[in-house]
Amino acid sequence: MSNIETSVSSFNHLQAAHCENGVTTALLGHYGIHKVTEPLAFGMGSGLFYIQLPFMKVNGGPAISFRTMPGMIFKRTCKSLGVTVTRKKYSDHKKAMAELDERVLAGKPTACQVGVYYLTYFPKEYRFHFNAHNLIVVDKQGDNYIISDPVMENLVTLNSYELERVRFAKGAFAPRGQMYYPGENLHEPSDEQMKKGIIKGIKLNCRDMLDIPGYFAGTSGIAHTGRQIKKWKNRLGDDKSRMYLAQLVRMQEEIGTGGGGFRFIYGAFLQQSHQFLPVDELFDISNQFTAAGDKWRDAAVQASGIFKGRLGAQADYDDMGDRLIEISQLEEKAFRQLKTMIKKLK
Amino acid sequence: MKKEEIPQDKGYFGHIAKEVKYAVDSEGKYITGQSTGWKVKEEANEVAWQAFESKINEAKQRVLNGEISPVYYWMEKRMMDLAIVAQYTGLWKWRVKRHFKPKVFEKLSEKRLQKYAEVFEVCVEELKKPF
Repeated sequence: MSNIETSVSSFNHLQAAHCENGVTTALLGHYGIHKVTEPLAFGMGSGLFYIQLPFMKVNGGPAISFRTMPGMIFKRTCKSLGVTVTRKKYSDHKKAMAELDERVLAGKPTACQVGVYYLTYFPKEYRFHFNAHNLIVVDKQGDNYIISDPVMENLVTLNSYELERVRFAKGAFAPRGQMYYPGENLHEPSDEQMKKGIIKGIKLNCRDMLDIPGYFAGTSGIAHTGRQIKKWKNRLGDDKSRMYLAQLVRMQEEIGTGGGGFRFIYGAFLQQSHQFLPVDELFDISNQFTAAGDKWRDAAVQASGIFKGRLGAQADYDDMGDRLIEISQLEEKAFRQLKTMIKKLK
Repeated sequence: MKKEEIPQDKGYFGHIAKEVKYAVDSEGKYITGQSTGWKVKEEANEVAWQAFESKINEAKQRVLNGEISPVYYWMEKRMMDLAIVAQYTGLWKWRVKRHFKPKVFEKLSEKRLQKYAEVFEVCVEELKKPF
């Protein structure tokens, strides 16, 4: 669909690994900030995370996430650059569409949170009831909206019925018509501001991965899942264990993660941070995240052996569990080193 | 992940758009590349789909046996759960649950059936007779 022309010719569609990073980077770029790349947005927004929510199930499997809460990346990145953020929720569908129209027709691209279940340009196989997808509405022509969806290669369109439907998708994290946008005529941040934002993002990410009490979040959460996996075969039986492992792999490798459960994007963030925060140790720590991402991918291969039925002995589950425990130790070491490095800066 | 390791297997999403992946080049510098899909992930998706399929088949059997109404079948078919159906129809969960009873379903008003049909993206005729 590369033949779509938009009157907002200055808008550059940006394909990204992850939707919220992509929306953040493209909108900041459109309104005047070009220093923030996708990895920098992810890191300044403290995007990396791990959690296995206790007592909660998603599609009958474990509720696992490799990233922070939806909406936080945009919010934190804008905040550390002193950019104001407007976010609106609606109960009235008509008002939600009218206010979006008003902005878009005034040439102001605006982001919306949507559900993917009724997202017509997505392949059928991907239309789950997942409500934390993000896209940018760039323009309106007749009844059609021109959409910049960061996971697509080119601009796409939705008619007003389709857009209203995805903005008001129902279920967990229902978007309730949410739209959001940064302020206008933004000034390019100084390198010092970028540095401060990066330090802030790293600090918060260290806290999220190292200091959340309990056993289910951060690096200790990874080990927790590892220990649980060893018990799955006995406790859940083969069929259910396979489904659980498949769910883990989907959360880790699905579109949006950039591969390796976001660990590679984080590695890229640390590398790109060096231009604003010239500490050579960043390269070493970046390598550690690359190694962690590779281990996650190796673990996914092991998991697929089990859920495709090529493996299935208790020893295979133990092997899988040990892999996660090892990753937990690797990431804990990397974050501790990062924390010490940031402390030394002052 | 090294640049040349970015997986290029056949993927469901790959038909529509290639995915952006982050990887390191020969000098260890992070770059982005595109991926058509990864076998391991596609297999994980297939497992999830099989789980949905078996729930749908079970629902179909229960409707054929007259144990449960087509609303339940369509809920499973559309990968929804009670909470999602309730939210889309604007009904309480217990009311939707009551509509799972074949006897209650038979007496539903045209308006109610129309609402269910809209949510499940079928016509009323299909809603009533899915097979």
